[in-house]
Amino acid sequence: MITYIIRRLLYTIPIVLGVLLLTFTLFTLVGGDISLEIAGKNASKETINEIRQEYGLNKPLFLAWDSQLVNHFKNALTFNFGRARDREPVIDKIKRGAGPSLALMVPMFIGEVVISISLALVIAFVRGSKWDVMAVVLCVAGMSIPYLSFILFGQYFLAYKWGFFPVFFSPDLAPPQYVALPVLIGIVTGLGGNLRFYRTVMLDEMRNDYVRTAFAKGLGTGTVLFKHVLKNAMIPIITQVVLAIPFLFLGSLLLERFFGIPGLGYLMIEAIGSRDYLIINAMTYISAILFVLFNVITDICYAFVDPRISLE
Amino acid sequence: MSDIDKIISSKLPKGRSLWQDGLRRLWKRKLAMICFAVILIYFLLAGFIYAAELFHWHVGPIQWQEEVGRQYESPGWKHVFGTDIFGQSVLRKMLYGAKISITVALCASIISIVIGVPLGAIAGYFRGVTDEIIVWVYSTLSSIPYILLILAFAVVLRDKALFGYKLTGITTVYLAIGLTSWVGICRLIRGEVIKHKNREYVMAAQSYGCSNSRIIFRHLLPNVFHLVIIDFSLRFVSFIHAEVILSFLGLGEATRPSWGAMINDARIELSRGVWWQMAAATAAIFFISLALNIFGDALRDSLDPKLRIQ
Repeated sequence: MITYIIRRLLYTIPIVLGVLLLTFTLFTLVGGDISLEIAGKNASKETINEIRQEYGLNKPLFLAWDSQLVNHFKNALTFNFGRARDREPVIDKIKRGAGPSLALMVPMFIGEVVISISLALVIAFVRGSKWDVMAVVLCVAGMSIPYLSFILFGQYFLAYKWGFFPVFFSPDLAPPQYVALPVLIGIVTGLGGNLRFYRTVMLDEMRNDYVRTAFAKGLGTGTVLFKHVLKNAMIPIITQVVLAIPFLFLGSLLLERFFGIPGLGYLMIEAIGSRDYLIINAMTYISAILFVLFNVITDICYAFVDPRISLE
Repeated sequence: MSDIDKIISSKLPKGRSLWQDGLRRLWKRKLAMICFAVILIYFLLAGFIYAAELFHWHVGPIQWQEEVGRQYESPGWKHVFGTDIFGQSVLRKMLYGAKISITVALCASIISIVIGVPLGAIAGYFRGVTDEIIVWVYSTLSSIPYILLILAFAVVLRDKALFGYKLTGITTVYLAIGLTSWVGICRLIRGEVIKHKNREYVMAAQSYGCSNSRIIFRHLLPNVFHLVIIDFSLRFVSFIHAEVILSFLGLGEATRPSWGAMINDARIELSRGVWWQMAAATAAIFFISLALNIFGDALRDSLDPKLRIQ
């Protein structure tokens, strides 16, 4: 088991290097010299030079111990992402944004997983009936409505018009108040795709021999669904669930923007608006690192759920 | 051919290829054909707008700039979807938006097919170091959240010059989507080519001395290409939605109407009770997404019965 974990961790090194090369290519080679943009239109030559000095833009790109490529790697590995346009260190901004983002995404994520898996089990129970058909039709319809429309109409009707929820974030609101509506909208938006996925997983499982055996020996439907089917459907469920966790960190860009929640999604949108490559670079890198780590965790989970896997 | 041969061949039932079989199955699904018609209408509309712009036809959608009424006229007989803040017809803007969306989704699909399919086939066919490098590249790309990757590409590429051609508006959008979206199809084709590589038809081609490139492009790819069509009929929806989000965030088309920009306008309008621009954009996106989702599923069931989900 230990060797399996170590081997799995070693596999992540090339991926992290790849991400660093990609961000370097994107933000330094293609993105180019940003000193003019930072300095503003009427900056003097000295200011521009100072900025280039600070960001290391005056150094050679490759092939030197002090080149921009080497510094890019060094900074990323020590989580030193420089300062944003407003002179605040990028890493501080990210730390500050993580809280509100998680307050939004964790309840949304748990709610979505629990609701869609339970609904999928119900559908597996009534498979082939008109309820099943109706659920599939609703899922496909739900998947076809644009995300933005869900958010805008939800915010307009539920918060603005009928006043069930606060329309915007404000610092004196407690988290349950301001995240309630975004969480609700997030769950409804994702439900179509998720339910359809879990339904397929469950129905694939229902066709196995052990399910027929369980029914044949007279077990109740509830026992078969929860004790047999759910357990065996764990592998695809774990993949879907664990690999979705790193995206929680990112928050939901659009939800945060609409509800003014000062999380990471909001930070990202601001960075896009002001073209702050340093923030986008840091977000890309951190989320990739998290994704890679959770990938390893998924594989370890597999080995626990299905002992046959670690033998490979 | 002797007479007997002719008689025999005329009596034999005519053979059908797998493609004909698949399309015949698809033809029998009425709902799928209706959806196909809907998709076709969107494509024809986009094509019509291109033609109208090229030949300067005086038709509604390309004259979206014209003021047809007062500010914020509500939907009625005169203006089906009402008017916007400048008194422009929302219906015309919606129709014009189809051109932008279809162009972006089509170009992004072409870019990602052109990158993903050959890379996947090469990785699966040659294996070894080539395979490892290609797998490394796409694993790297897929370890970054999709929407973040598209945004990063779009931000960086925006207003950059490429071969002396300045990247603006939708060019940035479809480049960003296309350059990041080839991973899925590459992985799919690689897996399929690995499966097909040891089949008799590939060995036969190798034994009579076909070059590797001929085997890949003339023998292997035609046998896995239905997967590309299935995959992209479903992926097209996500491209359209990505375009909407990018335009909404101000990274897309800035001067011409697009569905994302319409939704962005509607953000402020909704609080004044002006819902029609939002409704028009939502409806336009909804119907093509629905049609593509249903048609894509039907296409998968018809062309590849093995993948069929009961």
